[in-house]
Amino acid sequence: MLRYLIPLGLFLVLVVFLAIGLGRDPREVPSPLINKAAPTFRLPQLKDPGETFSAEDMRGKVWVLNVWASWCVSCRDEHPLLIEYAKSGAVPIYGLNWKDKREDALDWLGELGDPYVLSAADLDGRVAIDYGVYGAPETYLIDQGGVIRYKHIGPVTPDAWKDKFLPLVQQLNREGASR
Amino acid sequence: MKRSRVRLILLLSVLLLCVIAPLAVAQVRRPQPVIDDPALEQRLHKLSQELRCLVCQNETLADSRADLAEDLRDEIRQQMKAGKSDKEIIAFLTERYGQFILYRPQVTPTTYLLWFGPFVLLLAGLAVLFHLIKQRRDLIAEQPLTSDERKRAEEMLRAASGKERA
Repeated sequence: MLRYLIPLGLFLVLVVFLAIGLGRDPREVPSPLINKAAPTFRLPQLKDPGETFSAEDMRGKVWVLNVWASWCVSCRDEHPLLIEYAKSGAVPIYGLNWKDKREDALDWLGELGDPYVLSAADLDGRVAIDYGVYGAPETYLIDQGGVIRYKHIGPVTPDAWKDKFLPLVQQLNREGASR
Repeated sequence: MKRSRVRLILLLSVLLLCVIAPLAVAQVRRPQPVIDDPALEQRLHKLSQELRCLVCQNETLADSRADLAEDLRDEIRQQMKAGKSDKEIIAFLTERYGQFILYRPQVTPTTYLLWFGPFVLLLAGLAVLFHLIKQRRDLIAEQPLTSDERKRAEEMLRAASGKERA
């Protein structure tokens, strides 16, 4: 009896592993930057290239950094959602315009609306490399101390916003208030 | 006859398109960086063969033509020019993209299973194999005869040899 049960058991273990493996998205590479300080940068603003924006400017605030580009197809899907999230006022959303042309990016915002408090223009993609960006859209949640607390790869779906971002934002705001 | 000729022309034009289309794509690509230091390019190529392109995950950074791969190669090139060692560059990349970018992940507690799992499986397999062989050997091992059996066997042999002589 045992000689039949052992292969069957091994097979079941294999099935479980394969089932878990199939359920995961191989494109989602876990970021080593979670719970690390957000890389510093100072970039010209998209709408006002004379002004700069730096992650340091956001010290003391919980904020969201969304990597986007006008050439990015999924960003177009995500865009109306971002506008909604921004309207709710739960957390300020800043943009990192990644390897884009300034005109294209401005056209895009003009046409589809602008959910961002402001967007920083990372035209050569140098800052994106520091953030470990490998495909837009990617979205980071950064806390008052400038630490990356969460990274979302791909469009931020309403579920992800409700289940991941909002609870964490609330928790961080509470922690900040009690500090 | 005519139809087969039409088909042939179609086939040839499709083949021609296959040859031309990539050229057209190649033309719109960004200008390649000027290679002023062949030794450095060789070092870059060697290092980037150890690195995974994150966009097309089964390609090395050396082979990939993804935009990000070209950016990362540029970054590595600049760091090499700045005198950074391969180790420092790999550290720079893993800090940002994680171990996933390495085709040969470092040996850390999280990768023990990856590195040593196959050997553990091999040892387990060997243990099972030895166990089975031993079991089988026990099955076919000769059981020594009891004194009763020995006596009977000797009698039978004696009887047989007596018959032969007769």
